[in-house]
Amino acid sequence: MTSYQPVHESSEFESFDELYEVSEMEGLDVETLTPRQMAWHRFRRHKAAMISTVIFGILLVMVVFAPVFARYGVNDAVFPISEGPNQFLEPQSVAWFGTDDIGRDIYSRLLYGIRTSIFIGVATGVIAVIIGTAVGSLAGLRGGRLDDVVMRVTDVFLAFPFLVAVIVVREFLGGVTFLEPVIGDKSSIRFVIVLLALFAWMGVARLVRSQVLSLKEREFIEASRAVGASERRVIVSHLIPNSIGPILVALTLVIIAAIVAESTLAFFGFGPQPGSGSTSLGNLVLLSRGGATQGNWWLVVFPCGALVLLAIVINFIGDGLRDAFDPKMDSGR
Amino acid sequence: MLRFIVRRLLWFIPTVLFVTFLVYVAVRVGWDPVQTYSRANPRASEEQIAQYREVNGLYDGLGGYIRGYFEWLWAFVQGPDQWPRSIKGGGEVYPSLRYSLFNTLRLTGTAAVLGIGIGLFFGVVAGKRPGTWIDGIVNTTAFFVGSIPPFVSAVILQLAFAVQLGWLPAAGIYPPGHQGFDPWLMSKHMVLPVFVVAIQTIAGYTRYMRASLLDVSSADYLRTARAKGLSEREVLRRHTIRNSLIPIATVVAIDIGALLGGLIITENIFNYPGMGVFFINAANDGDFPRLMPFLVIITVSVLIFNLLADLSYAYLDPRITLD
Amino acid sequence: MSDPKATALSLRDLRVEFDTPNGKVQAVRGVDLDLAPGEILGVVGESGSGKSVTFLGMLGLLPKSAQVTGSAVVSGTELVGAATKTMRSVRGKQVAMIFQDPLSALNPVHRVGDQIVEMIRGHQSVSKKSAWATSVDLLGMVGIPQPSERANQYPHQFSGGMRQRVMIAMAIANDPQVLIADEPTTALDVTVQAQILEVIDRLRAEMGMAVVMITHDLGVIARIADRVQVMYAGRAVEKTDVDRLFSGPTHPYTEGLLRSIPLLGQQRLLPIPGSPPNMLRPPSGCAFRPRCPYSVDACAGDIPELESIGEVESACIRAHELTLGVPA
Repeated sequence: MTSYQPVHESSEFESFDELYEVSEMEGLDVETLTPRQMAWHRFRRHKAAMISTVIFGILLVMVVFAPVFARYGVNDAVFPISEGPNQFLEPQSVAWFGTDDIGRDIYSRLLYGIRTSIFIGVATGVIAVIIGTAVGSLAGLRGGRLDDVVMRVTDVFLAFPFLVAVIVVREFLGGVTFLEPVIGDKSSIRFVIVLLALFAWMGVARLVRSQVLSLKEREFIEASRAVGASERRVIVSHLIPNSIGPILVALTLVIIAAIVAESTLAFFGFGPQPGSGSTSLGNLVLLSRGGATQGNWWLVVFPCGALVLLAIVINFIGDGLRDAFDPKMDSGR
Repeated sequence: MLRFIVRRLLWFIPTVLFVTFLVYVAVRVGWDPVQTYSRANPRASEEQIAQYREVNGLYDGLGGYIRGYFEWLWAFVQGPDQWPRSIKGGGEVYPSLRYSLFNTLRLTGTAAVLGIGIGLFFGVVAGKRPGTWIDGIVNTTAFFVGSIPPFVSAVILQLAFAVQLGWLPAAGIYPPGHQGFDPWLMSKHMVLPVFVVAIQTIAGYTRYMRASLLDVSSADYLRTARAKGLSEREVLRRHTIRNSLIPIATVVAIDIGALLGGLIITENIFNYPGMGVFFINAANDGDFPRLMPFLVIITVSVLIFNLLADLSYAYLDPRITLD
Repeated sequence: MSDPKATALSLRDLRVEFDTPNGKVQAVRGVDLDLAPGEILGVVGESGSGKSVTFLGMLGLLPKSAQVTGSAVVSGTELVGAATKTMRSVRGKQVAMIFQDPLSALNPVHRVGDQIVEMIRGHQSVSKKSAWATSVDLLGMVGIPQPSERANQYPHQFSGGMRQRVMIAMAIANDPQVLIADEPTTALDVTVQAQILEVIDRLRAEMGMAVVMITHDLGVIARIADRVQVMYAGRAVEKTDVDRLFSGPTHPYTEGLLRSIPLLGQQRLLPIPGSPPNMLRPPSGCAFRPRCPYSVDACAGDIPELESIGEVESACIRAHELTLGVPA
């Protein structure tokens, strides 16, 4: 809101000349909001996004402090089999979400599993955004050959049926033995992060590139180059800060896409098998295969429900971010 | 315009060759075909293994790969009788590939037509009146449905309609043991898979079309059109929707190209014998003679539809500078 | 008071209010206007003065959040509150409008000829063929060379000046009584500006059209306007003719505008200090008061109305005692 100060008191002056003198010396104080504050205001207006952020925050706390919130260890049976049958128990007081095929508490495993999967999602997201932003901004800024190549390559890759491409690349990466020390074995978490990031960076790159293309037209880029700014400086100090909005939105989309992809891969047996210390959401969702046909509904409802909840929540946050950074959302001129 | 088309077509062949070669390398490295053969046929003799090597051109080293690729390609283009046989049971690859392809085409064709048509319709309904409660409902529903991962909806629907309620069959194209062609039964079995795919497609296209419409709605030329005295409906039809469809057309082209890969998830859950199931089985077996034709067909279709997308974009939007 | 039948356009107390999440914005706070056939009225003001909104509102081209009240009469037809059908029959026929940026104002995927045909067939029942021939003629009339080939081209294939000519051709297609030109030259080079103004002037003479030339550029006013209306904060503060505007302004805002035009040898730029008011909460009394060197306490009272000062009208309560103008 601009505060409204008269330039001067009435009757103080009698001509424009005097006004010009005075205004040279005093600046006019106008209160405005910084772009960041405006973005925050707009985000707050998106009710679903605010609620989702709260839900996600609670979830995050619960899974980060899983040992505190879980009721059993990740691999512990709810009670030893010697005390009675513990497999496939329906939800009850001893196991809020029921038990699995070897009597482990689904609720506790879900907490640990979600933690692993969020980790995978965020790690993939960060890597994909870093690579994608770098490539996309260079391609957009330089144009020409580099841009052509990047566009064509990503065009083809992105047009492939996702799962087919992921499985093929997965086997290929797994088969290249000299990479194993770096990216880990095919069933490791490290591997799946690398695999998913390899696909995710392309979408981010295209997004950043189109942002850069539209920013390039703006004069402040021309101006900074005219002043002699190096390419790196133009990208880091000008292009990226002005693209924060779309980049953040892309980050949320990659995070949830990675989480869903991990679950999907696990569903078909191509997912990560974390060591005995943990599990992943994908592994738990795998249970729903048998669960559906055998009528053990809790094996379907809780893992899938958690996945859907995560998807909706993260998507809403992304939507809120998109609104927050879209200047067209402001009413008026 | 003609130069543009010719240039793109000229690039097409080398691109196809290059990408399929990459696919070949990936398959060779990813699934050691000789090893998988041995695993599938544990009692195969040295001779048989050597013969398998020969027939499939599985030479080593970079030179070997290139040679192997061209040998394989040569056999491929000569027709299905020249194709190497599957490592599992030595059966011919083509018949089952063709069977899978047709099944998938039926499924995706129906789902795509329904999904895209209904999706675009709802997208216009919502985009025409942004901020109203109709827009809110359509947009939110599309959002929620789109957030649900496809295999979740497949499993839940299967659980609900097939297992619990028993209204619809849970799997397959026909009930087990059925012979012959029966369109009614076939349709019944297609309902759930088509529904699962279609709602995902509807959700997606609703949001695309709505977004595209909103984008176009803020354009100045709409104000000009109104200033000419056109009715809202004329403005919508001749300007808003016409311009909104341009980006959608390219999305459609690329989407369709990808659809041939089969709806791996849906087909798998409903045990529907399409391209997706074909691929998963071939991948799990590491069956080189099955994997290569499949992947090459997918690759070629993807590249073709990419080309179509480019061409249609240039055709629809005269601003595209023809290099 | 001029004979109402002889006025091409008549506005009385036109007001436009926008409903925004932050409150109601009073963009136009009571504009009166009489436009005679064949005359060019210049409407001058800064961004936010309401100069465009007045005419967009009159034609019903504003978003739904806008409420238009008052009266706007074109050839006997009242536009404010009129039925959509009435509005549509007036738009493009009795009143035509051209806009600032012809690139975004023309649909990029339709041929130029088609867009003119759309204008013609919206109001006349003629065949496509005949409408196409007419549009080619129109393109020729506005000075586009090889019009029959050019009609087949797309907007992006024209230069800025040519595009604006296309817009003008489209606007005059149905022989309108009033042409509203909303900053038509702002996006163009200076030399091209002169050409466009020449086209408008010539067509005005040939067709007897009245023109409203909305601009912030006093140079355009000097070149083409007969009478001038200066707008500030949603109201007209001075109504005069083009000569008297420059030689003897009667409102401090006008003087400020004139003095902000740089002269040869001038050392500093002299913009009017301060900025236009926030129309969510317009100031009481005269809206220019906070920036006006001549203001007195009485200026904060009622909103001043336009009063006749000799041949012109001014909304400054001190107009009769002040001598305003650019120092020699």
